[in-house]
Amino acid sequence: MALSLMEGNEAIARGALAAGCRFFAGYPITPATTVLNHMLNLLPPLGGICLQAEDEIASIGACLGASMSGLKVLTATSGPGISLYSEQISFAVGSEIPIVIVDVQRLGPSTGSATRGADGDVNFLRWGNSGGLPVIVLAPVNAADCFTLTVQAFNLAERFRCPVFLASNKEIAMTRESLDVAALQIPDIINRTAPPAGRPFLPFQVVEDQSVPDFLPIGCNVPVRQTSSTHGENGYITTDQQEIARILLRLKTKLESAVDTFSFYERFTAGESDTLIIAYGVTARAAKSVYKELTGAGKPVHLLILKTLWPVPENVICKAAENVKRVVVVEMNLGQYVREIERILGDKKVDFCGQMDGGLISPDKIREAVTYG
Amino acid sequence: MDSLLNNSRPPVFCPGCSHERITHSLDKAFQNMGLAGHEIAMVSDIGCSGLFDTFFNTHALHGLHGRALTYAAGLKLGRPDLNVVVTMGDGGQGIGGAHLLAACRRNLNLTLLVLNNFNFGMTGGQFSATTPPDAQVGSGFLNLLERPLDICQTARAAGAAYVTRCSGYRKDLDAEIQRAMEFEGFAVLDIWGVCPGRYTKRNRLTPKTIEASLAGLPAMEGPVAENVRKEYGRHYRELTADRKPAAEPQKIEAVYDAPQSGRREVVLLGSAGQRIITAGEILCLAGLFAGLNTTQKNEYNITVLRGLSISELILSPEEIDYTGIQRPKVVIALAREGVDRRKNLFKQLDSDALVLQADGVEVPDCSARILPMDLKSCGVKKPDWALASLGIMAGLGKIISPEMLAAALKIRFKGKTLDMALELVRKVGSCEM
Repeated sequence: MALSLMEGNEAIARGALAAGCRFFAGYPITPATTVLNHMLNLLPPLGGICLQAEDEIASIGACLGASMSGLKVLTATSGPGISLYSEQISFAVGSEIPIVIVDVQRLGPSTGSATRGADGDVNFLRWGNSGGLPVIVLAPVNAADCFTLTVQAFNLAERFRCPVFLASNKEIAMTRESLDVAALQIPDIINRTAPPAGRPFLPFQVVEDQSVPDFLPIGCNVPVRQTSSTHGENGYITTDQQEIARILLRLKTKLESAVDTFSFYERFTAGESDTLIIAYGVTARAAKSVYKELTGAGKPVHLLILKTLWPVPENVICKAAENVKRVVVVEMNLGQYVREIERILGDKKVDFCGQMDGGLISPDKIREAVTYG
Repeated sequence: MDSLLNNSRPPVFCPGCSHERITHSLDKAFQNMGLAGHEIAMVSDIGCSGLFDTFFNTHALHGLHGRALTYAAGLKLGRPDLNVVVTMGDGGQGIGGAHLLAACRRNLNLTLLVLNNFNFGMTGGQFSATTPPDAQVGSGFLNLLERPLDICQTARAAGAAYVTRCSGYRKDLDAEIQRAMEFEGFAVLDIWGVCPGRYTKRNRLTPKTIEASLAGLPAMEGPVAENVRKEYGRHYRELTADRKPAAEPQKIEAVYDAPQSGRREVVLLGSAGQRIITAGEILCLAGLFAGLNTTQKNEYNITVLRGLSISELILSPEEIDYTGIQRPKVVIALAREGVDRRKNLFKQLDSDALVLQADGVEVPDCSARILPMDLKSCGVKKPDWALASLGIMAGLGKIISPEMLAAALKIRFKGKTLDMALELVRKVGSCEM
């Protein structure tokens, strides 16, 4: 076994490369800047492009243009940049443009604290697009996840033609840690699907059991239409309510009905316990140390670490909570994802353990919440 | 070549709108250039200029208001051979001003047609970035308060390599569009026209008055001598053609045994300029040489040349879950700024913890063992104190061994820097403290 020392942002950049990413555009913002630095180091030697754009709106705009040209694209920012991305995120959702977006979360609201961690954007990522259609959000726990979940994120963006977020956190992104790169479980690479020959190409057409349209890049030898306007299968603006309803419902169900195929999580059970801890992101690490400690001390507790946050992996959550009476949701904000758990596990006692002060939630605090409620 | 106009989607402009003439001039330019539809991408955004992409049998990318140039940049970088034509209105120039400036500075080979009709036609004739102050508009008196923007002067000042200001009624508009498209670089055409649906209902503007206004302005047509330069994409490819692939992450095999077992936490408390972060990294690398898991969490001010600098390190044979500091075994106090920020830490120190205290740095009362380091008389300069502290730790066999430290230095530094670092840690290891 050989170990490397790597921060989460570098692991994301290297994961993107492994996934086939060849275009990055970003705008400097702490704590996401080092993704830009690493992509600038990694991409040009491979013939890829790394662009420092004039602002965040342009960063993601350039990515959308490059994605439509057929490239796999990445951008990275923090909460204040996600705000500016918002109008373009809606475009990517509605017009099915594959893109991976890294949100290295920092303490908000607003410019907040540039160098303090938080998980305050997890609902913003889900709901920060006009129209409110679903997106995919994955949450890494450590540098290894930063690498492998980035590859997964690209695969999902290609498979579903949609924006996929990595909800990172300053505490993962800028913390260096030892990592056995050779031991990483890298999934097979998925690329967007070209249409079969012989059928006239319609940019948003699905046939038979397809839920995602085939893709041709702008610049290929068949003219391709892309538009942010409400469109029909042909990519032209439409007022046909039946067609609009059909397409928009498809945008919702293509992700929500498939979430079982990309529900990433870790589950730890030990002995008899009526309590389940649910955590995600860097907080899951403190939760895991509490799990180990309590279980080792003969007071077992179950732990579910969610790595797919949106769409909510309801089946995973229900199964993990099957035999417990009480669930403790731990998150680095003042209560966001806990609402989803309350919605799903209405028959359980759901306790919340949160913190929003720029510091990590400590194992002591979680242990106290688990032990004393 | 045949017309690229889309027969099933004829132009839908208001009668008398100059946009329709421009549509036909653009089609003629495409024909004159002998282009097929798949060789062109029309990129547009919001407003009547945003209808253009539907009138042509070409690639099309229609997006958000004022952002057309952002998509065009990514598209052109991804497909350098594609002819990318961007249509935007005067409204788009206002909301997307930063993108116009960036496009001018960047000089990607794009052709921007600004369909300038001096108002927001689609939303009710409100004033735009180019509306004259004396015009009657849908925003009441507000345009009296703001000066209109001269798109061409702005583009030129921002570095646009090709700028033309002209009338949409110009007879050879197709030829001028063709010249702009054939120019290798960012070309801006500020094309003046009338908006019969909104603007000319309350303002007098005709092809003749446009002609007269243009005649009163300094001519702007074609390449801007002082801005002509290499096209961005070509330049980018030239600059990156010979780049060697980035190095793979350094992989370190365990070759030594760590002096102690279990989770060990170390905190370096210093100030900017003391190379605290580098010392922290070296400690982690030293840990890797003993097969330990490590984490490094840093804290420093945004003004990197002033104020505190702190590095929190964990070395452990077990998986490191929580990355926060709980019970540090070693605290290295190198500057007041760092100590002040973590003064609460000292209260929690166990009696078997060690505080390495640099000369002149006060530390709060605590139960840990305090080892003063007289680095000055050992001949160590302040920027080397952090590294020297690692030498002292290694000399004491605390968490790392001298072999682990030397191996880390050899992987982190080269040449003269390495020699000096090795000499430094050897010297302090043997120095009387």
